[in-house]
Amino acid sequence: MSAAGVRRRRSRRPWTGPLGLYVHGTTPLHRAPVDVKLGALALLGVAVIVLRGPATAAVLLAIATVAAVVARVPARATVRGLLPVLVTAGVLGAYQWWQRGPAVAVEVGADLVSLVLAAGVVTATTPADRMLDVLERSLRPLRHIGVRPDVVALAVALMLRTIPALVQTVAEVRDAARARGLERDPRALLVPAAVRTVARARATGDALAARGLGD
Amino acid sequence: MITFKAVSVVVEGAGGAPDVPILDDVDLRLTERRIAVVGANGSGKSTLARLVNGLVLPTSGRVVVDGLDTASDGAAVRRKVGFVFTDPDAQVVMPTPQEDIALSLRRLRLDRAERDARVRGILDRFDLGHLAEVSVHSLSGGQKQLLALAGVLATEPEILVCDEPTTLLDLRWRRVVDELLDSLDQQVVLVTHDLEAAARADRVLVVDAGKVVADGGAPVGVEQYRALMAVR
Repeated sequence: MSAAGVRRRRSRRPWTGPLGLYVHGTTPLHRAPVDVKLGALALLGVAVIVLRGPATAAVLLAIATVAAVVARVPARATVRGLLPVLVTAGVLGAYQWWQRGPAVAVEVGADLVSLVLAAGVVTATTPADRMLDVLERSLRPLRHIGVRPDVVALAVALMLRTIPALVQTVAEVRDAARARGLERDPRALLVPAAVRTVARARATGDALAARGLGD
Repeated sequence: MITFKAVSVVVEGAGGAPDVPILDDVDLRLTERRIAVVGANGSGKSTLARLVNGLVLPTSGRVVVDGLDTASDGAAVRRKVGFVFTDPDAQVVMPTPQEDIALSLRRLRLDRAERDARVRGILDRFDLGHLAEVSVHSLSGGQKQLLALAGVLATEPEILVCDEPTTLLDLRWRRVVDELLDSLDQQVVLVTHDLEAAARADRVLVVDAGKVVADGGAPVGVEQYRALMAVR
């Protein structure tokens, strides 16, 4: 077979979810203080709720898209990560079109994508360590009611890390089921995936305890 | 110094089944710089290792590390004792090596500039500086284990417990990790199936069916383990 006839499949990076992972860079958004980025994200959230109409929603989506471009977030990985959100936005939009007309459909779909995309830009331009610093600082007042800011901040950071880990677990289980010819049996996917997820959670807990985190 | 005083560990049986003894009445006083723990799968050696930093607590008896009881002073013990797992995927919890090392250092409450400088220094020391920003998913198994070790050693523990750290590695990475462990100043408790590594230890404990059945210098300990396995 000629080289041209050989179809090559490039292995892809694991899917990291709509919020993605930190992408190293030196763009203005990477250099911006984390408080400012989180404040802007909160502001966008408020704007999405308060400001009505498809034109405003389109402007907010454009702002989130420009932020992603400025941050030089990898386009392909971002679209891949957003795929479930785009599908959800499409389904919600279709329902709203049917129920309340095209203007509301555009607004609902665009608002959803804007928020998730903007949140993705924040996680892509902020190392987990910096995020932990800010979360810990902002949760400090809750110490008075017995909440430990370091533990809550760690839990949030771990939640972001867990999404790609869960995807990896499901992929491993799917491959194992396929290897036994059980790819059409949902039990062969769901039960081992649940068991492995619990095992992974326990292992992560042990790893954190071993490092003295959360003590 | 690590002391086990009449330590037993029993796991509750599931669904009314009888309790399962994992370790039975173990007495030890560990002062040597390099201690190897060998034994068959399921013999109780990993439980013995986990007792040292309080990941597992004794059902009866006491484990004392430099005067601190693992049951009542768990947090203080873990500041002294670092732990490396077999599977680095269980140990590396952050998306990039830089973030993972920084996570370890949070316990030390350093200011940001010092923490960043330490992270860079540690990654360079372990020859991981060029991988600081890459996703941990793209690291090889050996690189991940090196990162796991770096994450533990970042906090400068006085004692390091390693539970089969080279089991999942190829020969090249096994050598890298072995050389690194050999070079450390810390007291190292190494649970291993690698008899070459065990043979370099100052003391070898052979664990079988929840008991320390042999305890002595490396050549004798390794030979006793070989003899034990030969009759199985």
